Amino acid sequence: MKVFASLRSKLQAIGYLTAAGLFAAGIVFWGGFNWALELTNTEKFCITCHEMQRNVFVEYQTTSHYSNRTGVRATCPDCHVPKDWEHKIVRKIKASNEILHKVLGTVDTREKFNERRVRLAKSEWARMKETDSRECRNCHNYTYMDYAEQGRRASAQHTKGFAENKTCIDCHKGVAHVLPPIEQDIGAPKIEQARAQ
Amino acid sequence: MKTPRSISIAAATCMTLLSFSTSAQEASKARTDPNTPIEALSNADTFRVERDRSPIPRDYVQQPPLVPHSIRDYRITQNFNKCMDCHSWSKYQAAGATKVSITHFKDREGTELGNISPRRYFCTACHVPQTETRPLVENTFKRAEGLRR
Repeated sequence: MKVFASLRSKLQAIGYLTAAGLFAAGIVFWGGFNWALELTNTEKFCITCHEMQRNVFVEYQTTSHYSNRTGVRATCPDCHVPKDWEHKIVRKIKASNEILHKVLGTVDTREKFNERRVRLAKSEWARMKETDSRECRNCHNYTYMDYAEQGRRASAQHTKGFAENKTCIDCHKGVAHVLPPIEQDIGAPKIEQARAQ
Repeated sequence: MKTPRSISIAAATCMTLLSFSTSAQEASKARTDPNTPIEALSNADTFRVERDRSPIPRDYVQQPPLVPHSIRDYRITQNFNKCMDCHSWSKYQAAGATKVSITHFKDREGTELGNISPRRYFCTACHVPQTETRPLVENTFKRAEGLRR
């Protein structure tokens, strides 16, 4: 009887310890998982692929999101990966498509990239339009825009645009990377039709 | 003991340059002296492009109008002309901008075209923004007579 009682309490103790151990391991695992996930959420990681580094990154380096007066920047994940957890995880799962195309080499030369540029751009524009430019609004909150500080054109266009329920991407296409050939009814004939507005 | 000749020459040049002080008066005096080394003539301050403003009056009649706003990051390529996003005849009213002049629709023989002539496609070859800075040299420039106030 006595033996049985102590065995039971021993088992209980082991049970509690295991639970505590599992809990701690869970924390370590979750922290590690998140840390690894955030590592894939850096500019440095994105440009390890030469397709990104030689095409869009080089274009982005000439824009104000890369370097500006104040030094406040938006890097690859700031615009292309949602910040809130559920949308971020969904995007990370969708990123398996990117791994597939990296393996297939779909855009591994400049020519191939330029051929696909319109399609890639359109899909990103569609995503931003769907989410009401959520990633832009991570930093640019138009409720707090000071129109007195903006120039004449900016304040006029912003007040008009928000009154028409436009979202950031409707007008600010091409702010970070070079635009694909856009049909403007001017200039060289375009390979594939893409209308800016 | 060898004294490297190149170093002593360089030292002499540096001394000469340093002796040209940076005051504006000396610099403008230096402009008229043909013996001034080129480095001493550079009097450009750190400049900043002007803020958006209303259209700038011309100084002579055929002048391509100045760009009264910042054009940072505005690209003109074979594929895309950013200026025409606001200044084309189809978009200028919505944008509140000046439309491109009718002179831009002629080719070099004077034939009227239905669209912008390729010789006028690259706007920034002629139209430039202004910077907030003093004139480099004091001058008494006056506008063309027809444009004086």
